[in-house]
Amino acid sequence: MLILECPYCGVMADETELSPGYEAHLKRFGPGASDDEFESYMFARKNPKGVHFERWRHAYGCGKWFLAARCTATLEVFGTYPAQSSAPPAALVAKIKAKRPDWEGF
Amino acid sequence: MKRYSVFAIAREAMRQHQGWEKAWASPAPKAQYDAIIIGAGGHGLATAYYLGRNFGITNVAILEKGWLGGGNTGRNTTIIRSNYLQDPSAALYEKARGLYENLSQELNYNVMFSPRGLLMLAQTHHEVRGYLRTVHANMLQGVETRWIEPAEVKQLVPIINIDGPRYPVLGALYQERGGTARHDAVAWGYARACSDMGMDIIQQCEVTAVRSKNGQVEGVETTKGYIGTKKLGIVVAGHSGQVAEMAGFRLPIEAVALQALVSEPIKPCMDVVVMANTVHGYMSQSDKGEMVIGGGTDGFNNFTQRGSFHHIEETLRALVETFPMISRLKMLRQWGGVVDMTGDRSPILSKTPLGNCFINCGWGTGGFKAIPGSGWAMAELIAKGEPGPLAAAFGMERFREGRFIDESVAAGVAH
Ligand SMILES: Cc1cc2nc3c(=O)[nH]c(=O)nc-3n(C[C@H](O)[C@H](O)[C@H](O)COP(=O)(O)OP(=O)(O)OC[C@H]3O[C@@H](n4cnc5c(N)ncnc54)[C@H](O)[C@@H]3O)c2cc1C
Ligand SMILES: [Zn+2]
Repeated sequence: MLILECPYCGVMADETELSPGYEAHLKRFGPGASDDEFESYMFARKNPKGVHFERWRHAYGCGKWFLAARCTATLEVFGTYPAQSSAPPAALVAKIKAKRPDWEGF
Repeated sequence: MKRYSVFAIAREAMRQHQGWEKAWASPAPKAQYDAIIIGAGGHGLATAYYLGRNFGITNVAILEKGWLGGGNTGRNTTIIRSNYLQDPSAALYEKARGLYENLSQELNYNVMFSPRGLLMLAQTHHEVRGYLRTVHANMLQGVETRWIEPAEVKQLVPIINIDGPRYPVLGALYQERGGTARHDAVAWGYARACSDMGMDIIQQCEVTAVRSKNGQVEGVETTKGYIGTKKLGIVVAGHSGQVAEMAGFRLPIEAVALQALVSEPIKPCMDVVVMANTVHGYMSQSDKGEMVIGGGTDGFNNFTQRGSFHHIEETLRALVETFPMISRLKMLRQWGGVVDMTGDRSPILSKTPLGNCFINCGWGTGGFKAIPGSGWAMAELIAKGEPGPLAAAFGMERFREGRFIDESVAAGVAH
């Protein structure tokens, strides 16, 4: 069972308390964007086998959206951080890099 | 290749079974092929088979990183049906179901296709309306299905609880020629036929890079060295994103875990397949007597081939409610597979940005039933370089163009 710490209320929430939101840090494109940009924002996904950044919602808790860094090949959780972040915190990136030297980085 | 027959069994019985041949050869890779298929699951093997059978292309290698049929093909709950809602899906799945009818004869290999009948229970009024719509659509598509009332459901499935406390059964969408087949045998039967046509099935051979020149595919790097090819078919299910990245493009796909489990074997008690989409569970009985049960997908990307336990709990809770007599049954085994999910829950059979490289993926939780039809359509795409009528609507440009083939409503449960 996947357990993530909600960065807002501090609860260690297990999966049944959370709603998944898939890939995080997608750059949004709207009116005026090219077809390529819009397509890749809407549909193309990294779906990496390894380090992945995702959106989650503490649905049956405080109700807030947050972000998580996880390894999809081992299910190891590296950490969570607030949704109001345009990139993962530097400390988290460093921690992942130390654990996964081959990771290409964020 | 020696044919399997009742006479062969008698002959071998007389000589202590010394004369059976290996079902397929295990050759070393050649330097160059006319076509390479990555992935020896059902879809990859069927693609290779129809390349030979329908187009005479037999200088083909099928590369498999593990053992053939060891991916989702060997992990699924073997449900076969074609009662889909949208026209392109009905055509493709019904083509596959039709090919299953004669597949054992065609391959001279018993795939144990058992069109025992399949019921999708309606347990809410919304579902009733949805399935009536599907029945009408299927009528126009030439797919034989019908709506049945609760009394007939009970007659077909005596062990079912028709008036459960939460979700009484209000009727069902019934496909009499739906059913099951032996999953391993489908992979093995196609593999044997491919090998017999002179194709090379190379196991323990992982593709690690795709080489191209001037936008055209040239070959693949593998754990057994470089292999050249004129055409490339990527048919790797859960790992489609990884291989697509090697070929230089991204897919509208997320890989998640899907689980299944089987019970201890019991006496025959249910000779149809029952799917209960509202409560989320489905069940059939194998020839060995095990109850074969399918669970739900995880809601997050996962490549571990094991899913979260709470899905098992939810599924079993739903099934105990639907079939009270299974409440004391012990479960024998549980496992998972990595399924490739698209947003519209329909597969991708497509050309790719790389020349002479084609992809077949996105079958997600329901591609076993499609293996023969998918192989048929994919072989045509690879041989001609353009999709035929079966594959035409399934190109990956449909996302960009907003032409989704939405089956997420028609198939509320993972299967
Ligand atoms: C638990 C479960 C239950 C299911 N139940 C049903 C059902 O009842 N009915 C139904 O219709 N469908 C069902 N499905 C879905 C069905 O199993 C799949 O859609 C189908 O088997 C996919 O076949 P495939 O040949 O595309 O993939 P696979 O059988 O997974 O084959 C892909 C192969 O590619 C290989 N590969 C991957 N990467 C590489 C590489 N880099 N180099 C070389 N080889 C590589 C893999 O090792 C694998 O053998 C179920 C799936 C699961 C997991
Ligand atoms: Zn919270």
